[in-house]
Amino acid sequence: MATVSLTSRPASRTSADRVEHVLRHRRKVWSYVAMSALAVVFLFPLVFMFVSSLKPDAQILGDVGSPRAFLPVGDISLDNYFGVFDRVPVGQFLVNSVLVTVLTVGLGLVVNSMAGFALSRMRWKGRSVVLALVIATLIVPFETIAVPMVYWVAQLPTLVMEGGVLKYDFGWLNSYHVQIVPFIANAFSIFLFTQYFSTIPKSLDEAARIDGAGWFTIYRRIIVPLAGPAFATVAILTFLPAWNQYLWPLMVVQQEELRPVMVGMQYFFQLNTAWGEVMAYTSLITLPVLIVFLSFQRAFVSSVAASGVKG
Amino acid sequence: MTTSASIPAPPHAAPEPGTVEAPRRRRIAAARRSEGRSGLAMATPALLLLLLFLVIPVLLAFGLSFTNARLISPNPPRFVGLDNFVRAFTADPTFLRSTLNTFVFALVIVPVQAGLGLLLAVLVNQKVRGVAMFRVIYFVPVVTSIVVVSILWQFMYEQDGLVNSFINTITFGAWQGTAWLNNPSTALGAIIVLSIWQAVGFHMLIWLSGLQTIPEELYEAARMDGATPWQQFTNVTWPGLRSTMVFVLVTITIAALGLFVQVDVMTQGGPVNSTTTLVYHAVRKGYREQETGYGATISLIFFVLVLIVALVQRFLTREKD
Repeated sequence: MATVSLTSRPASRTSADRVEHVLRHRRKVWSYVAMSALAVVFLFPLVFMFVSSLKPDAQILGDVGSPRAFLPVGDISLDNYFGVFDRVPVGQFLVNSVLVTVLTVGLGLVVNSMAGFALSRMRWKGRSVVLALVIATLIVPFETIAVPMVYWVAQLPTLVMEGGVLKYDFGWLNSYHVQIVPFIANAFSIFLFTQYFSTIPKSLDEAARIDGAGWFTIYRRIIVPLAGPAFATVAILTFLPAWNQYLWPLMVVQQEELRPVMVGMQYFFQLNTAWGEVMAYTSLITLPVLIVFLSFQRAFVSSVAASGVKG
Repeated sequence: MTTSASIPAPPHAAPEPGTVEAPRRRRIAAARRSEGRSGLAMATPALLLLLLFLVIPVLLAFGLSFTNARLISPNPPRFVGLDNFVRAFTADPTFLRSTLNTFVFALVIVPVQAGLGLLLAVLVNQKVRGVAMFRVIYFVPVVTSIVVVSILWQFMYEQDGLVNSFINTITFGAWQGTAWLNNPSTALGAIIVLSIWQAVGFHMLIWLSGLQTIPEELYEAARMDGATPWQQFTNVTWPGLRSTMVFVLVTITIAALGLFVQVDVMTQGGPVNSTTTLVYHAVRKGYREQETGYGATISLIFFVLVLIVALVQRFLTREKD
């Protein structure tokens, strides 16, 4: 820094600089050591999981206690994966989870961004009260309402096809919609959209109004194309909970063919203690998420940082 | 309030029909009305869904806690007053144990996870080559499902598992370890360790975004005054992280009070209730044993705890302003 030379005399500067340089270098080395050690702590269970999924059970247990536990050596095969597919309809579970996740995230983007648009750019009666109420609901953890909500959805009306005739019935349990509809609207997503939309100049709307555009057209043609980062953030923040859903489907889905991957895994885990196959199942449902995460890691990191504004 | 043209008119005078402003005023009013209708229409899908799947369930949690409602029952719920609350605090030792375990879990997790998260954030906030990679590595467990993490760690915690073999190696065989999850005195601790391992990367990122709001000039000034790295941390970094700290502590506390998945997958509350928690007990009673009314009562008690935490947060952030 140029300003440093104003305060220190030239003669002592060189030696002080050298000491500083050595200290800084030493600090750098130590922080690399610390960061690498921590990286090992965070990665070793996952490496162990992937490696074990390729080994027969006897070898997994034999390798514990030696570095071989973390290396794909010995009797390596995909047998455990075939075993999982033989034993449970894991393909169906994956389809179910993808379906639930895509619909929850996709419909959520539409519904919540429309609400965010109405709450940030339009004037209507009760708007500020509604916004305050939406923000107030952020405090309710899902665990609080899970038990009463099972009782509630068990009584909601539904339409069923019976022998080619649409019939009116009660109860949402054991369906796809019970896994999707309750999670479409999300107060935090609405909040993020409201925040982001209010940073876009209002003059754009006014210009479009003068040209005769309706409000939905303004939303669709002007605001949505300008709000890519907000959509990316909300998609990422709603993707993980949707994919990882556990408590809710555990309670509302008993039919095997409707189960998502996490609940399916818990059942698989309970009926089977062949660790190699269990590790194959966990690897199978972790890999897609890891690939998505590593491909979009920048967006992930900034989305999570953005969620810090919630406080 | 319409246009500036109407200001000179006396407040109670009827609008004159023949003036130029009237049609325009009517047009503007119509536009406002249509804006009001469209605004409400665009917000309606989200608001309706929030009403159905958030507001009504919250009201039900309140309402059902004073009834004997059962999940599947031919009889309609009957009002039982405070019976469920009395039962929880006087006749249900498992509830009291669940509350105690939940508090112990939160009391350990909150300072440890927040502290470790900050340490990680300081480490990866350095301007050295490769820190971005370390950030990603520390975040990997966060994107891994907690169900997967629980099963994986259950495997590692077995008597002949990875954890014991590691302890055995670093103590040169001096310590044999235990079947961590089958031992009432170690089961909760074991769950605490894996919970921190899974979630600390998330709070690292929150701390990191707080750290990056602190202007570099403050550090330069401190260095010029000869501050050591530790002095820079206590005098520049820490004061700049106040609101981040409140947010981190509150999110960890609320998440900790809601502990469920790890217990459900790994221990089912055992051994001998040493890992049962409030939410686990609420699901056990309200769903598995179908006592919806009593389950709602436990959920409501959990919610009150969360509300208290949130109010403390408001109080702490208010003080600053």
